[in-house]
Amino acid sequence: MSRIGVAFDKARADGRALLVGCMPAGFPTVEGSIAAMTAMVEAGVDVIEVEIPYSDPVMDGPVIQKASDIALAGGVRTADTLRIVEAVAATGAPVVTMTYWNPIERYGVDVFARDLAAAGGTGLITPDLIPDEADEWLAASDAHGLDRTFLVSPSSTDARLAMTVEHCRGFVYATAVMGVTGARAQTSDAAPTLVSRVRGVTDLPVGVGLGVGTGAQAGTVAGYADGVIVGSALVRCVLDAPSEADGLAALRALSTELAEGVRNPVR
Amino acid sequence: MSADALAPVAGPQPDSAGHFGRFGGRFVPEALVAALDELDGAWRTAIADESFRAEFGALLRDYAGTPSLLYEARRFSAKVGARVLLKREDLNHTGAHKVRNVLGQALLTKRMGKTRVIAETGAGQHGVATATAAALFDLECVVYMGQVDTERQALNVARMRMLGATVVPVTTGSRTLKDAMNEAMRDWVANVDETHYLIGTAAGPHPFPAMVRDFVRGIGDEARQQCLDLTGGLPDAVTACVGGGSNALGIFHAFVGDADVRLYGFEAGGDGVATGRHAASITGGSSGVLHGTRTYVLQDADGQTLESHSISAGLDYPGVGPEHAWLHDTGRATYLPVTDDEAMAAFELLCRTEGIIPAIESAHALAGTVALAPKLAAELGREPTIVVNLSGRGDKDVHTAGDYFGILDKER
Repeated sequence: MSRIGVAFDKARADGRALLVGCMPAGFPTVEGSIAAMTAMVEAGVDVIEVEIPYSDPVMDGPVIQKASDIALAGGVRTADTLRIVEAVAATGAPVVTMTYWNPIERYGVDVFARDLAAAGGTGLITPDLIPDEADEWLAASDAHGLDRTFLVSPSSTDARLAMTVEHCRGFVYATAVMGVTGARAQTSDAAPTLVSRVRGVTDLPVGVGLGVGTGAQAGTVAGYADGVIVGSALVRCVLDAPSEADGLAALRALSTELAEGVRNPVR
Repeated sequence: MSADALAPVAGPQPDSAGHFGRFGGRFVPEALVAALDELDGAWRTAIADESFRAEFGALLRDYAGTPSLLYEARRFSAKVGARVLLKREDLNHTGAHKVRNVLGQALLTKRMGKTRVIAETGAGQHGVATATAAALFDLECVVYMGQVDTERQALNVARMRMLGATVVPVTTGSRTLKDAMNEAMRDWVANVDETHYLIGTAAGPHPFPAMVRDFVRGIGDEARQQCLDLTGGLPDAVTACVGGGSNALGIFHAFVGDADVRLYGFEAGGDGVATGRHAASITGGSSGVLHGTRTYVLQDADGQTLESHSISAGLDYPGVGPEHAWLHDTGRATYLPVTDDEAMAAFELLCRTEGIIPAIESAHALAGTVALAPKLAAELGREPTIVVNLSGRGDKDVHTAGDYFGILDKER
């Protein structure tokens, strides 16, 4: 079983959901992103999702777009991302990467898989790669023992849902709303239905992302999902802070609140 | 001819998942797959339906003003050293070939029962065409346009608003066409139930490249017959400019099976491909994934999209339709860059010899033809016949061209 699978199992045994926190690599700087992710782990985030910044992130809302732009303007490279993965994995928390397909294709699919595994990464979330186009990634992830997380959506047909889930390893990413990343005032009505549809076809853990930003929302999602994935709300802590120290303090506070939330599932 | 512009013809087709060789396909969020499948199904049903084809044909004829003329440009020909036949897409309603695509997709939108269209636009031409079709079909219309472009093209912003569209300036990334396309994709993911994304070129995820190509391929079907009628034979070459590449595919498709007809696509070479300031994705780019499809892309060593540069806003895009990537790889078509200066020289030549002001996009096809003519004449040992897709008119470019030639009176 994958390292993430072990973590999900442990959380399940503890009667809680796993908290996955996302941060773009190199935002605000390479060292700054390592500090931010480390702070998140220390404050109770279970799994770190390192987003490799991309110039055209069509699944991301304004907050992560802005953070990605800052990271790219700062000159972050794919190789830096792997260094960040290695540094954060050293904290002991499982580290999964997420990115759009072109940076991986450009790096070389098999080489990336090899280097990600060597850096201690557990796998890759692919927001714009569907299994239909993923032959090379399926082979590379098998060869290097990496998890692969494809997305399922409220609009997925039953047939596509089953096919997509069949190609997943580690966990399934359920997008809670039809839309892009970004904290929302209310959690989605579509998400519980989607999660139960996924459970109908697999025993893999299901993480729910898009729109979660508070401890209360995390608790709600933890009531029906195995993982609660938070991105924009965490990124905003750093983006809006007047100084790096303030950003880290805000990040710790929100991480603590979210960690509390996933430990108190609303069922 | 345009009475049945969608009648089945022989010609290259992608596989069922939209691959042209190693290019094309779908690189999109899962959330969009259902909508793409719906579109693909609606499209296949529509083209098999004679009433849809008749309705589209009638619109092309009565509203868009096609078939467009094939005009023998005698004075231009004499300067160039070839018999140059201009496919006058510039005379279509809204001033370019793009009206064919928007009418087709708007009809399909109605057929799918959707009430809203969104579009991306660079210079505003596709936005204006989409707003036009939306007005005609009573659809809500939102056009995404980079903030840099809304400032450069204020007149087209006003045109879209006059037609009832909402224009949203995009302030992310480089604030140009590629970012407008990102923003349109984000809107589509969030509103896919009632919204059709009316992509303006033969790019994007399957089925857009093949579908858009089919909506505009009447250009080539018409030109091929018109050339036979006028000259008694097929041309030696067919030329077009290539940005995303819909006008070029539109005119190429009918000729792909004619082995003796050479196909030339002219990309925007900007300041010159060697300077890095260009939009020549095939000549100066490499294979990658952008906006839902695998194709040639301008990108850096990490796969980040590079900004493109061209005097022509309509060619200023860092990717190209996947069918062109494939025609390039197979060698069936030849792609060459044309610099801003070469394009503007050809722009001036057409103005002065024929009294036709071309779109700067189309001026790239003219410039490429000027360079091609003597080589082809030498190779054939006679004057070649070249069909050029004059894809659009230059009214929208008067300010840019006036600036370039320094003929605008200074503001007082």
